[in-house]
Amino acid sequence: MASLPDPSAPAGARSAGDLAGWLWSKLGDALDGPFRALQRHIGANRMAYVFLVPNVLVFGLFSFWPMMLNFYIAFTGGQSAILAERPFVGLENFRELLDCGSWLDPKSCPVAGFSFWTGIWNTLFFALVQVPVMIVVALATALVLNRDIAGRGFWRAVFFYPVMLSPVVVAVIWDWVLKRRGILNALIDDAVTGWNAFVTSGWFPFVGGFVLAAFLHLIMARLFRLMKVPRSEIWGAGVGIGLALLLVFSTAFREFLTLPDYRPVNWLIDVRSGWPMFWVIFVYTWGHLGFYMLILLAGLQAIPKDLYEAAEMDGTSKARQFWRITLPLLMPTMVVVLVLSLIRAFQAFDEIYVLTGGGPGQATKLIIQHVYEMAFIGDAKRYGIASASSVLVAAVLLVLTLGQLAATRRRAGG
Amino acid sequence: MINTADLSAFLGRRRGRAGLHWTDWLAYSYLVLGVLIVLMPILWMFLSSIKSPRALVENDPRMLPYEQVQVPAPDGARQLGVFVWTKPDGTKADVAFVGPRGLNARVFELGRPDQIIEVPRAQLERKDRLSPRWENYTEPTLGSTQSRTFNFLRYFWNSTFVTIVATLLTLVVNAMAAFALSKYRFRGRDFMVIVIVSTLLIPPTVILVPLFMTVSSLGMLNSLWGVIIPAIATPTGVFLLRQYMLTIPDELLEAARMDGASEWKIFWRIMLPLSLPALSVLAILSVMWRWNDFMWPLIVLTQSEVFTLQLGLSTFKGELNDNMHYLLAMTVLTLLPVTLVFVFLQKHITTGIANTGLK
Repeated sequence: MASLPDPSAPAGARSAGDLAGWLWSKLGDALDGPFRALQRHIGANRMAYVFLVPNVLVFGLFSFWPMMLNFYIAFTGGQSAILAERPFVGLENFRELLDCGSWLDPKSCPVAGFSFWTGIWNTLFFALVQVPVMIVVALATALVLNRDIAGRGFWRAVFFYPVMLSPVVVAVIWDWVLKRRGILNALIDDAVTGWNAFVTSGWFPFVGGFVLAAFLHLIMARLFRLMKVPRSEIWGAGVGIGLALLLVFSTAFREFLTLPDYRPVNWLIDVRSGWPMFWVIFVYTWGHLGFYMLILLAGLQAIPKDLYEAAEMDGTSKARQFWRITLPLLMPTMVVVLVLSLIRAFQAFDEIYVLTGGGPGQATKLIIQHVYEMAFIGDAKRYGIASASSVLVAAVLLVLTLGQLAATRRRAGG
Repeated sequence: MINTADLSAFLGRRRGRAGLHWTDWLAYSYLVLGVLIVLMPILWMFLSSIKSPRALVENDPRMLPYEQVQVPAPDGARQLGVFVWTKPDGTKADVAFVGPRGLNARVFELGRPDQIIEVPRAQLERKDRLSPRWENYTEPTLGSTQSRTFNFLRYFWNSTFVTIVATLLTLVVNAMAAFALSKYRFRGRDFMVIVIVSTLLIPPTVILVPLFMTVSSLGMLNSLWGVIIPAIATPTGVFLLRQYMLTIPDELLEAARMDGASEWKIFWRIMLPLSLPALSVLAILSVMWRWNDFMWPLIVLTQSEVFTLQLGLSTFKGELNDNMHYLLAMTVLTLLPVTLVFVFLQKHITTGIANTGLK
């Protein structure tokens, strides 16, 4: 904390920081007049209410009131954004969302229901794949960083860096990487061309032969040992090397190894492949992984070191230490991370909307995008449908959030 | 971020025994791979952002910004591309490409523009040179093309305004509430704490429509205040500051009251300075939230004069991308402030976030 600047030491302030501090205290003094008058009126203790007013006003107006309003709007129709002009339609909006032949098949729904259920199923798929993958990778990264590693601060910073980037920036970066003629396709193409050139080159018998011989000799030696052939080592080496030589000089084997020419994939546009969803999950994970890694790393570092030392004394294997010490003690943190990432995944919108716009077709359209599009895109502003969808999504999120609170409380308690 | 101590520690590391255990190798390979996956796309975008529009249209897959060497045509009317011609005898010469004729090309050797010769195109190879194009950065920000393509300065100003004003307001408003909830005893205090923390349960994404209607009925659509005000009261902020203020001894406040300080003065001159560590964590979080905010501005702001950088970028990306060179450069400029903040405050940010569990 910087020392309190003296209010009477003004223009000669030594640095910009001092000047800002001086301005800041002057601002406080200027506001002191009205507050002092108020205090004289209501007494010192009731000033607490005055301090609460701005916060309560903003919370009330922009959180609680909208939440109540949401339920009401869900039962109104029309296209007006003015509340008084919206006719009450009862359950009509919910009927349009839920009145399907089958919820599993969005095509059997009315127009709004189609959009809703497409979003719901995409979001479920997204969340159920993205969350476990991200937690596993985040945990692996945290475990690696929790080792006795050099330059830990640097590695941690780099893994965390994408979290600082805005979703729009993340989407522009990856859109640029994933273009049909972008760097990813170019790299894969180079790799395929390079591999094929290597397979057909004069170097292949030497390098490939060496690697293959080393590999086959181990396999053969083990095989012979299992078959109880005497002197399995020597036999294994002989047969392995012989096989390797045969393979390396046969054209059929080379042709087998030659990869077909690479045809660039339109990663974000190719409808029939699953690639757009894959990349949506990948990019979202890329942008959020660092945060969860950080939380898990903090959890790991809170585990007392002497537990491991004691286990080491007892000769417990590393794997067993992980399952018996690390994982159980990390469980509370894991639960928090799990619920938090689930809540976030259900609300994912920014990156994906900018990256694919929900496309190709509706392949990557998540539920929040459905809400956004219903209310704010196109000529027909279907606020009622959007609100009704929000109410349904909010119910899911509420369950998840309560779960998180319970988990947090258990962590705080234990 | 890397310093020599890190590097030498990395390279010359010994753990009592000679060399690294194989699991160490595995760990380091994992880290290097991860760092590549994190940094390569950003590096690729940066290097692309200094390429010429032509190199971008041609999708030149090389990392560095190459451009074909060009010479003026003899009549001076246009630029001709330069190629390296490998003659049948193996010698090479630089030639300027005049035009195609069937499978051949009409070229002249540099310095002899009057002798146009015909050579097979297979013998020509483009002559490139390294030329970063910084105009991608200067033109949309300083040049005359600015208003037509991407009004960077306007968006930048809007984003900066929103970030700074919202962060200051967030700090003051939440600190006031935290002060009231931590240093006064009054009826309904515990109830208020519960109410405020329970707003955490209201995800902003599911009250979009009613929030939009509220903001619209207050006449704050297409105004930066419509972006700033709805989110200045944050339950996380109140919670964070209150936890910290609870640790500040009440005796300090009592002493000030003895000296006749008003409650406001106690708040402004004692509580705020003493809560600086917690305030700075909230400030960092708020700057991150506001600078990167996308969804709420997208709904409140529809006219391009009030766009923030994030909105400007996403709109610009949605348009036909013959201005890719500007888009990439502006994206780099957008991530630059956050990156600088991160490089300098990295320790504070990561420990702050790890301790609070908030993003």
